[in-house]
This record gives sequence, structure tokens and C-alpha cells, in this order.
Amino acid sequence: MRFVDEFRDSDKAHALAAKIVGLCEPGRQYKLMEVCGGHTHTIYKHGLEDYLPEQITLVHGPGCPVCVIPMGRVDDAMALASQPDVIMTSFGDMMRVPGSNGSFFDAKARGTDIRMVYSPLDSLKIARQNPDKQVIFMAIGFETTAPSTAMTVLRAAAEGLDNFSIFCNHVTIIPAIKAILDSPDLRLDGFIGPGHVSTVIGCRPYEFIARDYGKPVVVAGFEPLDILQSIYLLMLQLSRQESVVQNQYSRVVPWDGNVVALRAIGQTMQLRPYFEWRGLGFISHSALKVRDEYAKYDAEHLFDVPGVRVADPKACQCGEVLKGVLKPWECKVFGTACTPETPIGTCMVSPEGACAAYYNYGRLTRQRVKEATTS
Amino acid sequence: MTSEGPVGTAGWVEQALREHDENVDSAGHVHRGSPQPLPGTVREELVLERIDRARRARPRVREDRITMSHGAGGKATQTLIEAVFLDAFRNPLLEPLEDAARLHVNGAPVAMTTDSYVVSPLFFPGGDIGDLAVNGTVNDLSMAGAVPLYLSAGFILEEGFPLADLLRITESMRNAAARAGVQVVTGDTKVVQKGKADGCYINTAGVGIIEHGRSLGVAQARPGDAILVSGPIGDHGVTIMLARGELDIEADVVSDTAPLNSLVASLLDQVTGVRALRDATRGGVATILNEVATAAGVGVLVTEDDIPVRAEVRGAAELLGIDPMYVACEGRMVAIVEGSAAEQALAVLRAHPDGGQAAIIGRVTAEPPGVVQLRTSFGGTRIVDLLVGDPLPRIC
Repeated sequence: MRFVDEFRDSDKAHALAAKIVGLCEPGRQYKLMEVCGGHTHTIYKHGLEDYLPEQITLVHGPGCPVCVIPMGRVDDAMALASQPDVIMTSFGDMMRVPGSNGSFFDAKARGTDIRMVYSPLDSLKIARQNPDKQVIFMAIGFETTAPSTAMTVLRAAAEGLDNFSIFCNHVTIIPAIKAILDSPDLRLDGFIGPGHVSTVIGCRPYEFIARDYGKPVVVAGFEPLDILQSIYLLMLQLSRQESVVQNQYSRVVPWDGNVVALRAIGQTMQLRPYFEWRGLGFISHSALKVRDEYAKYDAEHLFDVPGVRVADPKACQCGEVLKGVLKPWECKVFGTACTPETPIGTCMVSPEGACAAYYNYGRLTRQRVKEATTS
Repeated sequence: MTSEGPVGTAGWVEQALREHDENVDSAGHVHRGSPQPLPGTVREELVLERIDRARRARPRVREDRITMSHGAGGKATQTLIEAVFLDAFRNPLLEPLEDAARLHVNGAPVAMTTDSYVVSPLFFPGGDIGDLAVNGTVNDLSMAGAVPLYLSAGFILEEGFPLADLLRITESMRNAAARAGVQVVTGDTKVVQKGKADGCYINTAGVGIIEHGRSLGVAQARPGDAILVSGPIGDHGVTIMLARGELDIEADVVSDTAPLNSLVASLLDQVTGVRALRDATRGGVATILNEVATAAGVGVLVTEDDIPVRAEVRGAAELLGIDPMYVACEGRMVAIVEGSAAEQALAVLRAHPDGGQAAIIGRVTAEPPGVVQLRTSFGGTRIVDLLVGDPLPRIC
């Protein structure tokens, strides 16, 4: 398949892998974080770690949009959805995220009208078809999906729809990265920057990481060769003791981002003073809410949202996994109490979460893989 | 939302953790906060063993209501079948959970099966619910090595369903039955009030005679066996997803719905080393491979580059973030064949009009038992596990 297979060429991967090995200083361990869950998924789906020397460990970061939604927020959404004459719409991978009383799928089975959509604009279609109902879109995601939510609000306003609103849970990536950088137990050497988020915000927002924290950043694409090349570029910077922001994904990411998308977000949304992230706790100025001018499209303004808070279970060590302090399998409940069927922690929820990716795709040690594939 | 509000806990989490603690304690050798840290690889092995134990534990349905995941063919379906149906009806004929039961009637080996069809939309490129209902049951019998003979047809119709549509469905059932050489010999009709069903549901049951006397089953797989598929995978599932019209994606794909009895007959006539056959319906090829690994206690290693997938199917799956390995087929089978007979089996399948694009996609290994591994096109290796529920599109 064109424009896909070129980025999965194993000969090129072998060549890059050899260069990466050549850049490793003897005896030094490297920890590189891929911030985005999409990267985590690619790494596991294609078995990319098989190309890396033992000295390099990939740490799976907080950039999985459904993983970071706290249980209380899911409960709030469910409270909204179960009000009379309400239709809740949601992206597919939000459907399985557990609240304290089950997931959207469970609520659907109990009779709550929750529908899966592929684009927030589909929610407008549902609103037009059901003028006697209130349609609420469960808006989640980083700057990647925020523009499409913003455009949907603008479209609803232009059409004068009065039975559509959003339950805004959009979060922003930079405060999360900063929270990880400021964590005292951090031991990271560099960052594989989130490609999709960067198509919107560009590369400039990462400059403080290189400048103030001395860690290299390479914004990467989502095919396995993109990621391998980004690891090579990070290793090259480390070997030269440099720390700058580089854009590996220049075929998609403009250095200054997407001005139109940023404007749409700015027009409809504003920063919240603080927001709770699963596994990471409260982070200030890390999430978006609907601007007052568009309050009639804000479910939090139109409805009574209970503001439920559910503590992360103590046994859950997602925070440590997200910061790279623990590997997924080092968590005490990994794979036994916490599985993709019954995810307790954030990282097991979506296929983009570090634990789910490891459980579904990677569960074997490299040694066992080697034995099985050569026998 | 405020940060000062009361903080609750989730009851189901506490419950899961209590059960976890009980299991860990009874297993004996995993304790929280072990004072002597073991080397990383040893600890990882211990964790993997612990997971294996958890996966072998008696299945239990945690939900108090049926969700869509229970019908998706993945782990939730398997748990429901084992914890509810197998538990209620347990007997040696049911226990293998094969596509069809193998019975003896007056000493003659017979296969029996049943399947219900609720596809939406009822009509789709390449077929409709009618030929699906005939082919599906014909195929389930064929996978047991039986020659399908007689089918039943039960219809649940919704008040207001157009008669023209019903005639179109019965005509395609008649044609499919003629193609497969079976007869519909008994039936049933029920009509339910508008809104209580989605147009038309069909149940078919079937019986067939097992002529080859060979006992086929996924538990028969042995290390060294070859794994074949009879053609490109995922056509049916992708066709249905696109035919629902929710995605605004257009692609030139049609369902692969077809009877496999003729293809199976040639294979069993000409190749003696066939161990197991499975049609890759709900849950796709990945689910079948997991059933092989679990039932036979073997490993399975497949090579992504060798798995035939049409470019249109791959493209659509790529766009939706879905893996074709999990997408349903309605006219493709997976065959497990003794290693020495692999090339012969491939030649026989390819010589048949329904198996022209058959391929050897991998082999059965001794290690690691119960695990399916995929050598990716990119050159890495990963696990292919059962899906938890429906393959859900990822948002970014």
C-alpha cells in the first residue's frame, strides 16, 4: 500500500538500528519517553523494540486521551447522560473507560442513550434529527481533537441549534510534560514529541524542554520508521551533548502549528484553573472549558454536573508507569487484578495505554521471543 | 468541579483487588514489597506466570447485564459462553466448543450446528442475510469434516417488514442452498411488534454426515504443523462496516460470503494430514489462532507478510485503526495441517475456485504455550491476543 509500506521497510529499519547501536555509549542506560499514546501503539503493534539495544528503554508517556480521564469525570458524564431526554455521544474508545459504576457500555446496557460517533459533527446530525432531545457530546482529547470540537461548536452556533452541547474534557499536553519533568524521581534522557498534537500547536511550545531542562525533543510521525528515525535523532543529540527541538514529522507538522485550528480553539474555549488527570493528579492550567460567550453549548453550564471525585485505587501505580519509574509489568496488579477486560488503572484502559499495549502485544520478554522465533 | 469535594471509591475496584489478594496469597509466591529484589528478567518471568494463572482461572461474568462486548467474539464472548452456557449445559459433546458437535446416530457419525443471523444492513455488497444464514451453517458443518445435508430456517420478523425484502432474502437462501447442495427441510416463523426487532433475524440449524472418519479439532494441533488460510481475510467485516454508511468511506469491497463445503471436500479427499478447520467468522483469524493455541497448549507463530489481505481492506482498516486479523470473514477458513503436508494442502486449496489465493501464514510451535505471536512486516515480533470486545476505532 503506497504511503504506508514505505514507512515500514525492514531493510531501512535494520540500517537505522545499526546506527542507533553505534551511538550508544558503553555502560550508559538511556530512557526515552514517547509522549503520545499513538506512538506507544505503533511501537508495540510493529514490534519496534526488537530493533533497539538493551541499553535503550522506551517509557510510555501520558499522551493517551482516554487514559487521563479521571473516574469522577466518567461518573459526571454518566450523570449527564442519564437525565431524561438526553442523548450522549462519544468516541468509540471512550466507551470502555470505567467510572466507579462501570463504563459507557455498561450504562448503555442499562438503557442510557449513549451513541458512538466518529466525528463530533455527527452529533450535530443527531441533534437535528432529534429536536425534542438534548444531545451532549463527550469531548475528550488533547489539542489533536480540540479543533474538531471547536469547529462543531462554531457550526452549532452558526446553525442556531439549541439542543446541542459539549461536556468538555479537553486537556493540553505541555502542562502534563512539565509535571513529568518537575517530578523528583524523573530519569529521562529525551522525548519523542507527539506528532498529531504538534500538527496543531507546532514545535515551538517544546522549546523550554530543550532550553530549561536540557532534554532533546524530536517531534515524530506515527509509522514505525518515523519513530526509529526519531530515536536515532535523539541519540545523535545525546552523543553530541546537544538539546534542541527537531521536527522529524515535517511532512505533516508545520513549525508554527495550524493557525486556523488554534484560532478556533481560542474562540470557543479557555483554560481551566486546574484539572484532575488520572494517575497524575491535579495539574494547573492543563485543560480547556467552553468560553462564557458559548455557554449555551456548555453542558456544565446547562446541566447540574455533580462534580464526582473518585480516588485512584491505592494499588494502582499508573503514575509511576507514566513517569517511567516503573515498567508496566512491575506494577503489583498488572495482568491479574488489572487487565484490559477489567482495567483498574488508566494505562490499561485504551490500546494506546502503556499497560494495555504491553499486555496485548508485548507480554513476553525479549529472551522468550528469541527462543520461540528461532526454534 | 472542585478539588475540595468528597472523594469516593469505586466498589468494583475494591472487589477486584480483594480477589487479587486472595489469589496471590493462595498461589504462595508473590508477596507485596518483596524485601529481596530479584533480577529484572526473573521478576518479569514471575509476573508472566502470574498472568498465565489469572488467565486460566475459572471464567466469571463480572457485569450484571449483557453488553455489546458479549456478542463481539472476543474475550467477553468466550467468558459468557464458558461461565453461563457451558456451565449450564455441560456434557462431553458440547465441551470441545467446536463449530459443530460430533454425534453418533445409530452408529453413524453426524455433525450438528446452529447459528443466528442479525446482520445490519440486511443487504450489502456481495450478499445479504439470506445467503449468510445458509453459508454460515453449511460452513460450521464443513469445519467438523461433515458433508452438510439438511438445514432448518427460523425467521423472527418485525411488524411492518416489507414482503419484497423477505422474498429477496428467501430467494438468495434458495440459491445459496442449491449452490451448497443442501435442503431447507423445516422452519418456523414469528412476528414481533414494531420496534422489538430490527426487520428480520434468521436462525438456521444444520446436520451433516461425517464421511472421512477423521477427528478434526483445534486441540489436535501439534508443534511443526502449518497454518493456512483459504483466501484474503477481512472482506466481509469491512464491507459491512462500510455498508452501514456511518463512516463516509467508499471502497470497492464485497463480502466473501460463500459455502466452503466443496473446498473442504477436496482438501479432506486429497490430503491426509489435516488436523483442524475453522471458519474465521466473528473475531477473525486472530481469534481462531488463539483458540488453537489455548486448546492444544501450543504456541502459534504467523508472519504478517504472508497473510493475504486485499489492499482496499487494508486501507479501510488502516484508516479506522482496526486490525484485519480481527475482522470477520464469512467464506474463509483457517486450516491446521501436518507440516509435511503443508505444500500439498496449499496446492489443493489453490487448485479449487474458492481457494485461489490460499496461503501458508505460519506454523505451530512448542513454546510459548497458549500464545499467538506475529512476525510483523516491519521486522518485529508481537503478541496477537483475543480482543476484549468489538474492535473500536481509535480517536487519533
